[in-house]
Amino acid sequence: MVTAPQTTRPATQDDPSQPVVLFDGVSIGFEGKQVLENISLTVSPGETRILLGPAGSGKSVLLKLANGLMKPDSGTITVFDERIDTMPEEQLFQLRGRIGMVFQEGALFDSLTVRDNVAYRLMEQKIPEAEVTRRVTEALRFVELEQTLDKFPSQLSGGMRRRVAIARAIVNRPDLILYDSPTGGLDPITSTTIIELVMKQRDVYRTSSLLVTHRLQDAFMLATHTFDREKNHMVPIPDGGLDSKTNFLVLHDGHIVFDGSTHDLVHSDDPFLKEYLS
Amino acid sequence: MPFDSIESLTKKYVVAVQDYAILAGRAIANIFQRPHYFGDLITQADSIGIGSLPIVILTGFFTGGVLALQSASSLAQFGATAITGELVSLSMIKELGPVLTSLMVSGRNASGMASELGSMMVTEQIDAMRALGTDPLKKLVTPRLYATVVMLFFLTIISDTVGTLGGAFVSVVMLGQNGSQYFHTAYQTLRYPDIIQGLVKPVVFGFIIASIGCFYGMTTRGGTQGVGRSTTQAVVVSSVLIIFVDFLISQFMINVFGF
Repeated sequence: MVTAPQTTRPATQDDPSQPVVLFDGVSIGFEGKQVLENISLTVSPGETRILLGPAGSGKSVLLKLANGLMKPDSGTITVFDERIDTMPEEQLFQLRGRIGMVFQEGALFDSLTVRDNVAYRLMEQKIPEAEVTRRVTEALRFVELEQTLDKFPSQLSGGMRRRVAIARAIVNRPDLILYDSPTGGLDPITSTTIIELVMKQRDVYRTSSLLVTHRLQDAFMLATHTFDREKNHMVPIPDGGLDSKTNFLVLHDGHIVFDGSTHDLVHSDDPFLKEYLS
Repeated sequence: MPFDSIESLTKKYVVAVQDYAILAGRAIANIFQRPHYFGDLITQADSIGIGSLPIVILTGFFTGGVLALQSASSLAQFGATAITGELVSLSMIKELGPVLTSLMVSGRNASGMASELGSMMVTEQIDAMRALGTDPLKKLVTPRLYATVVMLFFLTIISDTVGTLGGAFVSVVMLGQNGSQYFHTAYQTLRYPDIIQGLVKPVVFGFIIASIGCFYGMTTRGGTQGVGRSTTQAVVVSSVLIIFVDFLISQFMINVFGF
């Protein structure tokens, strides 16, 4: 039986027909080099958007823009119906309470224990200690790392650190999760474990998410598998089916070269996509 | 490696000064805004204050000692060794106490702040903190700034005291001077403006150390090499600024108090 990290926050009041994330004509550059140019995309409620692209194509920058960690040079970014490209940092801190983010290398606070890392957001919100402990334990149980409470990040393997980062991101049941290459640099077995956790979050809680990766096998595993709550692990969708809530975006040289479903992606005639997917 | 044009170089420095001013201004103003991180303030005060105590005591003691040693040999030519205590206490309290303590704390803590925050920058821990809804300036910079200002003030007083005692040790034990006379002249020569000058300086220097250390840490780019560069720059810039600002404060105080 899957246990869910609980939240005291009321259910989302957003209009389900409105996109959770909306980029409209977003461009950003650094030191004279254009990284993203005229990017427009949406993430619908409950949708998992997989952002593919070669290294250096601006995927991580796009994710940071979606969380307000960077400001675009032009264009608008709307998250939960609020313009974040013009929003002051103080208000962004409030909005980020609804967004969980898993960083490329985990970005765990190395001076804090696993428990304090996962509990960080809850402690900042001055939630009572007993409640913090309960929710941290649940989040760590979700990633199957409840035995690591008192360990420091340096005592964990790379895969365990990513799982703790996922626990930290989901501890307050966010409405949107941003994954920045959660399997980057990991061995295939550990990558599968992480992808299974992402799938579990998608299929059990139907959380909207934007996932950056350059590993095609991870992306297609998410599109072709579903999480079985009874068996507590992922299984292929019967009859070669595809997950309807999982869609793709492909970035190349700062532009979106594909935006659509798994089926459309694998049947695309675009020469770049054919070469990229081969 | 391509050279920057004068225009882009100037622009880079102006932007850096602007960014520094914004960071320092916000770090000061944060003391009036919630949330307050008193736990972090105490931790930093312990690390900066108690942690720096051994080097400050050693530096103060030997600086006072060498001052007594050097001045006594010069004063002996004029038969004025009796005012060794006066010279040591004035030098320590007005100049050497604040400046040397600040330089030692700068070497230890500006570098520590730049490397710690720089490491957090390059490993995305600062971004993670922002993503978790915490203002890194409030959590990381403000406690360091206020802790350094307060602790450097007290460290300077300790350094002044130990320096004067170091001078006494050399004068009495090594040079055979009268201890009572040493302390009498050391005390009698001090006036309030001297004390004020000696206590204003560490407050300003503390601000320089923490703000420069945090600024270089928070603007670190380029992996571990960038952390090393930030650490070096933080120590160099804060040390040079301390000596330059010391000159300005001394000039200002002389104009105000007349000596």
